Amino acid sequence: MTAQVEYRTPAQKGGKMQHGNREAVLDVRNLKVYYSTPTGDVRAVDDVSFKVYQGEILGLVGESGCGKTTTAMAILRMVQPPGGIVGGQILLDETDLVPMNERELRNIRWSSLALIPQGAMNSLNPIMRISDQIREAIETHEGKQKEKKIRERILNLFTLVGLPSRIYDMYPHELSGGMKQRVCIAMAIVLNPSLIIADEPTSALDVVVQRVVGQTLLDVKNRLGVSMILIGHDMGLQAQLVDRLAVMYAGHMVEVSPVGTIFKEPLHPYTQLLIESIPSIKERKPLKLTEGITHDLRNPPPGCIFQARCPKVMDVCRSVKPPLEEIKPDHYVACHLYD
Amino acid sequence: MGGITWNYVLKRVGMWFLTIWLGTTIIFLIPRLAPGDPVAGVISRMTAQSGYVENSAEIINAWRARFGLDEPLPVQYLRYVGNSLRFDLGYSLANFPSRVEDMVIQALPWTVGLLLVAVLISFLIGNTIGALMAWERTPGWIRNLLPVSLTFTSIPFFMLGILLIYVFAFGLRWLPASGSVGRGLTQGFNWPYIVSVANHAILPATAIVIASMGFWALGMRGMMITTAGEDYMILAQAKGLTPSRIFWLYGVRNSILPQVTALALSLGGIVGGAVLVEYIFAYPGVGYLLYQGIVTSDYTLIQGIVFMLVFTTATLVLILDLIYPLIDPRITFERG
Repeated sequence: MTAQVEYRTPAQKGGKMQHGNREAVLDVRNLKVYYSTPTGDVRAVDDVSFKVYQGEILGLVGESGCGKTTTAMAILRMVQPPGGIVGGQILLDETDLVPMNERELRNIRWSSLALIPQGAMNSLNPIMRISDQIREAIETHEGKQKEKKIRERILNLFTLVGLPSRIYDMYPHELSGGMKQRVCIAMAIVLNPSLIIADEPTSALDVVVQRVVGQTLLDVKNRLGVSMILIGHDMGLQAQLVDRLAVMYAGHMVEVSPVGTIFKEPLHPYTQLLIESIPSIKERKPLKLTEGITHDLRNPPPGCIFQARCPKVMDVCRSVKPPLEEIKPDHYVACHLYD
Repeated sequence: MGGITWNYVLKRVGMWFLTIWLGTTIIFLIPRLAPGDPVAGVISRMTAQSGYVENSAEIINAWRARFGLDEPLPVQYLRYVGNSLRFDLGYSLANFPSRVEDMVIQALPWTVGLLLVAVLISFLIGNTIGALMAWERTPGWIRNLLPVSLTFTSIPFFMLGILLIYVFAFGLRWLPASGSVGRGLTQGFNWPYIVSVANHAILPATAIVIASMGFWALGMRGMMITTAGEDYMILAQAKGLTPSRIFWLYGVRNSILPQVTALALSLGGIVGGAVLVEYIFAYPGVGYLLYQGIVTSDYTLIQGIVFMLVFTTATLVLILDLIYPLIDPRITFERG
């Protein structure tokens, strides 16, 4: 194992993130992804804007069905019909991905924008050797190369993510779940992309392997300076890995902030409930986030998206939609409490 | 790991022996379960025709001794197995003194040739059609065309055969209606002979292909839809691979595995199903021979053919089993 990185929050690392002259690798502006159904469009992602800066990990959290994965798929331009991007811009290195055609997208994919998929267990082609699956990614984008050169490159990657070289000629069924996920990480960094989207990379793994995979991700990020979006709903894991945290609710971005700040001082009522509901081993506390229901995503109410479940709901929330605003430096919240 | 292991080969060859042994044993036992024996049957038929047969009891005993039917069952069985191992299938009852193995060996290449070619073509076309039907990038006009081509599948082999003969042999006169090769040609690897064989095979092969490809297409379509939902398909797209690479190497390659299993399982049934096709086209294959055997109550011929069918089917399945690890590396994997 080469991954010897300690878990530290960015706050502990000492304010490495400076607000101001940071370069945005990804700039998502007013993204809308709708799924058309016979009874109306489901607004899976509605007017979402956020940035990912050079060399940071942005955590994207929210409950199931809030649009995290749809956002990720939209950035990859891989939303499956009947879904589709109906508005907004996705600027990757200042190039908009939304108007691109299939051929242009194929060139961008993996070379600039890689994915660490959700299902570690089934994300590798069962009938291809591990090395061939990584080689295929290299050769699709860089053309045919000498066997020896490729072998050296792949074995280097294995060392980087802590995989033994003996798996080079193995098939996916001969590896454990954690190894498969590290193969996916190795594959994601092989072309040195600007941005990696990790869609719940640890969700199918047990806690010990989760820790190893988390360490690997952090190590890779620190060594290569790659930017990452880490999707997940494990608040503990997010706290340990990410630099900034973005909270989504029902297709809307409700709060974006550096991770230390958001855990210390969450501003949006939804974020507050989300952080309060992290189970503690010291005390048993009742789950707070069960009151109220989510509205129908086909027919969102006027005003705030969280009004049906919000404990601090006000009259203005039922009529005016709160915009995502910078309340404190680098701390964005969409809530009328801070108007 | 991930290749053919000796253990795997030994197991498959063992299964091959076991299948053939069980098959021959059943062939041996079934006729003996019925009361009486063929000799008594022949004599009683002669008696029924002429009223009286002189010394009938002695004739029966003489013939029983001649065919070895007077010996105890285990002895008969051992001799039968020994003969089968040497491919000595005895004399044909209806075409004495022709030997069964000679008749079968004459017919077998025709059937194996026709069926192998027809089944392979059907397998390839059917699976491609099925895969395209499930592939979301397939152009709309192909998708609409494909189900139409599959409606032919609901027509039975023999009806289709009659239709093909009517249109292409009698109507258009493009192809011969029956037989396996033209008259007056020297047998062997010369051009006119090969052309003639191919010409005669086109219609029966087409009947089999059209009637059976729907089976493959429907199975493949279902498998492709399942495969399309797999996580590795998403990763393949995210990797920026070309659609054709994703289609063949990720979609078809992973969907074809159960189809190959189905191919191995259906091989035996295909031979049986081709009996009618061979009969309609008067194609001198094993199916046609089997039909003649049944019509003339030629028990030794029927037994011989069934033995050869068991043997060829088991051998084809063995070959497929040995190919299987090449297309699915997981098959030889043993959990320790």
